[in-house]
Amino acid sequence: MRTLAGSPEPPAPADAPRGPRSAAGMHPLVWIPALVIGVAMLIPAIYLVIAASALPAGEIWEIVTDPSTARLTGRTLGLAAAVTGASVVLGVPIAWLTVRTDLPARRFLSIATALPLVIPTYVGAFTLVGALAPGGLVESWSGWRPPSPYGFGGAFVALTLFTFPYVLITVQSGLRGLDPSIEEASRSLGHGPISTFLRVTLPQLRPSAAAGALLVTLYVLSDFGAVSILRYSTFTRALYLQYRTAFDRAPAALLGLMLVAITVVFVVIEARVARDRGQQFGRRGAGRAVTQVPLKRWRWPAAALCWSVVLIGLVIPLTVVTYWLVRGLGAGESPNLAFGAAGRSLLVAALAAAAAVLAAVPVAIWSARSPSRWARLTERASFTGYALPGIVVALALVFVGIRLVPSLYQTLAMLIFAYVVLFLPQAIGAIRSSLLQVEGNVEAAARTLGSDRLTALRRVTLPLARRGAIAGGALVFLTVLKELPATLLLSPIGFDTLAVRVWSATEEAFFTRAAIPAMLLVVLGSVPLAITMIRERRET
Amino acid sequence: MQPLFRPRSRLLVLLAVLALVATACGGNDDPADGEDAGAEEEMDEPGEPLTVYSGRNEELVSWAFDDFTAATGIEVEVRYGDTAELATTILEEGDASPADIYFAQDAGALGALEAEDRLVTLPDDILDRVDANFRAPSGAWTGVTGRARVLAFNTDVLSADEVPDSVFDLTDPEWQGRVGWAPTNGSFQAFVTAMRITDGEDVTREWLEGMLANDPVVFSNNTGAVEGVARGEAEVALVNHYYLYRFLAEDPDFNVDNKLLPGDIGGLVNIAGVGVLSSSDNQDAAFELVRFLLGDEVQTFFGQETDALEFPLVDGIESPELPTLAEIDPPQVDLSRLEDLQGTLELLNEVGALE
Repeated sequence: MRTLAGSPEPPAPADAPRGPRSAAGMHPLVWIPALVIGVAMLIPAIYLVIAASALPAGEIWEIVTDPSTARLTGRTLGLAAAVTGASVVLGVPIAWLTVRTDLPARRFLSIATALPLVIPTYVGAFTLVGALAPGGLVESWSGWRPPSPYGFGGAFVALTLFTFPYVLITVQSGLRGLDPSIEEASRSLGHGPISTFLRVTLPQLRPSAAAGALLVTLYVLSDFGAVSILRYSTFTRALYLQYRTAFDRAPAALLGLMLVAITVVFVVIEARVARDRGQQFGRRGAGRAVTQVPLKRWRWPAAALCWSVVLIGLVIPLTVVTYWLVRGLGAGESPNLAFGAAGRSLLVAALAAAAAVLAAVPVAIWSARSPSRWARLTERASFTGYALPGIVVALALVFVGIRLVPSLYQTLAMLIFAYVVLFLPQAIGAIRSSLLQVEGNVEAAARTLGSDRLTALRRVTLPLARRGAIAGGALVFLTVLKELPATLLLSPIGFDTLAVRVWSATEEAFFTRAAIPAMLLVVLGSVPLAITMIRERRET
Repeated sequence: MQPLFRPRSRLLVLLAVLALVATACGGNDDPADGEDAGAEEEMDEPGEPLTVYSGRNEELVSWAFDDFTAATGIEVEVRYGDTAELATTILEEGDASPADIYFAQDAGALGALEAEDRLVTLPDDILDRVDANFRAPSGAWTGVTGRARVLAFNTDVLSADEVPDSVFDLTDPEWQGRVGWAPTNGSFQAFVTAMRITDGEDVTREWLEGMLANDPVVFSNNTGAVEGVARGEAEVALVNHYYLYRFLAEDPDFNVDNKLLPGDIGGLVNIAGVGVLSSSDNQDAAFELVRFLLGDEVQTFFGQETDALEFPLVDGIESPELPTLAEIDPPQVDLSRLEDLQGTLELLNEVGALE
């Protein structure tokens, strides 16, 4: 990190790093856990190497050079790039509107715009088809035929709506951590709100926007539900087909490894975007009240933007689900209340969020505060599980878990571990970007003033990480709510969650029974968002 | 010192407590809840609970496990999931697999386990219950119910007579843009595999290319295809027979009907079936469960219950709602050969059906 390189060396030769030289002054309480976690995150990749090594070299070459592989890669990258771009274009302004302005119903919209994230893509896509496809609900109720939801366009819109909250939530968190005095200075120097946003606020949001964008990109790489329902063939769809139809795991493993390679490219790009900042801005405001930017005549267009996201990403799916419920109840079907499943969903989502944050803190601190190559590698290792389709990670943990820790196999502990492997980068990204908002030399300053490394860590670094930890925990919570493949294979037997109930019912066309679990998913999803909101209110 | 995570951890603790309470009170949400049936009095031999990996949906079969527990006192624990994913899981677990029984949606997945020697040969009294066409020649697995491939059609635009009697007619130009299929779906692929076995590679390739030339409407699965037919996106679709009944249960005016294809490869009857794992240390209880699933009571119920209306496979038990298997006259296909899905996948890829 550029700023760290220029910061004064902390004057404490007594506790110079004794670990790997590259740990570069970081306390062992940070880098040792971080390294252990980084290695654990590589389990899926190791499994894929073992599984793919069963293939003869000739066949590997054949699969890698198959023209359809290149075509799928191209389609996948195109979709990922488009969805990521749109998510940033949508997520950054909405984050600013819902955090910094006098947008009407600002608090409500702040939660509602993020909620499409809890809708599993296979449900979201299915409901969009039910509503928008030719002959669907919209056409039969209004007579107007909306644009076709199929193909690239449909997959692009659906995935953007269901994943842009990754950008929204990380950028909201970034905004809350900004020092408002710089913006105030800009205003007092004659810049208007838009100019200030573009020239002062936006550059400071780069780390959080890049972190959120990376989460979107990698989510798109791993998505199966939306692309299969909306008829757009991608790499992951091919990988799932290989797993689901031919019981030979080796070719699927090879596809998985290629996906890991693609991931590495994106992770490196993100690092460029997030780290290559022209200058570092001030410090975080000391919990100071931020003046709301008046939108004036932009108030209602801004509100319309937010509401249209809520309409397509939340209202349409919920309307279709409500329609299922009403239609089914009318025909004498019984709904499935699923309160037990809701409790289990809440339990695993909260535990996974807490575990992911705990695991992410050392990795994020190390990678944000140390120029070490090991720190960077550790952070990047964590992305492999996230970018791989859930089924790959689940099977990897089946393979490894039953051999290494049979007593934990298919227990709650194992399930939570699986969620951490799958979603850790969400927590790391959020925490890391909240640390990057503040220069590394604040810790150095603390040490100049006599704190030892541990005290500086506890009293300076950790409090700075807190805001990111909350956003990251919320992201993990929301994503775990809808997780399916690992839950099915690794949960304690008989332990079903809301996502399982929704899947089980829609898979076999029991729509009435899917309705209430789907609604409860949205209700539970608003919990962490509401917590973030309450905290914000307390601080201002 | 500034306390770390304070306001949040208070909320988290509250959430965790809420979750535990909800979990404890909520219990099992199983729609056909019968879990307390055997729990009240201790049986003589409580034994180990049986572990089932079920690729059959919970909504369809959980009642059968509950009834089994009520009848025998043997507890059953079930892991539900996707048929193929569970088969792969069993293969990855190896001999340490906790599963005693695998309940699959199609013969191919059972064949894959058999091919890796993961299933034991079932006792003769079990095998004798089921027509030899619907179980493995080796005896490694047996069908429990039959599921027929049909043409689902939109009753607003077509009458049953207008729907072809053979899937081979669908390549005729008159069906341009009117046929729906789900080429990524396991049941569809099992049907294509059957066509490769009965009609050969070349005929199958020609049929697939003819279908593609007709620009079929692609769905991701059977449920989506039936819905698509109802919306009119396609007029007919190649699907399994039983999805229709769920739609009818929720909407009695549902505008889709099934056309059976007697004697045609498109009318393939696949099975949902079970195998007992060779790694199981509870095989006797597992055989008991298989006997129960093939018992008169359960077989009769499968033929009647609208949630799971499938063909009973035991001689002398017929569904009042469905035609008999004799009437369907399904093509004679050795179901254990449906395991060769890799060849089907490659063929589908080659002709471009999976794009």
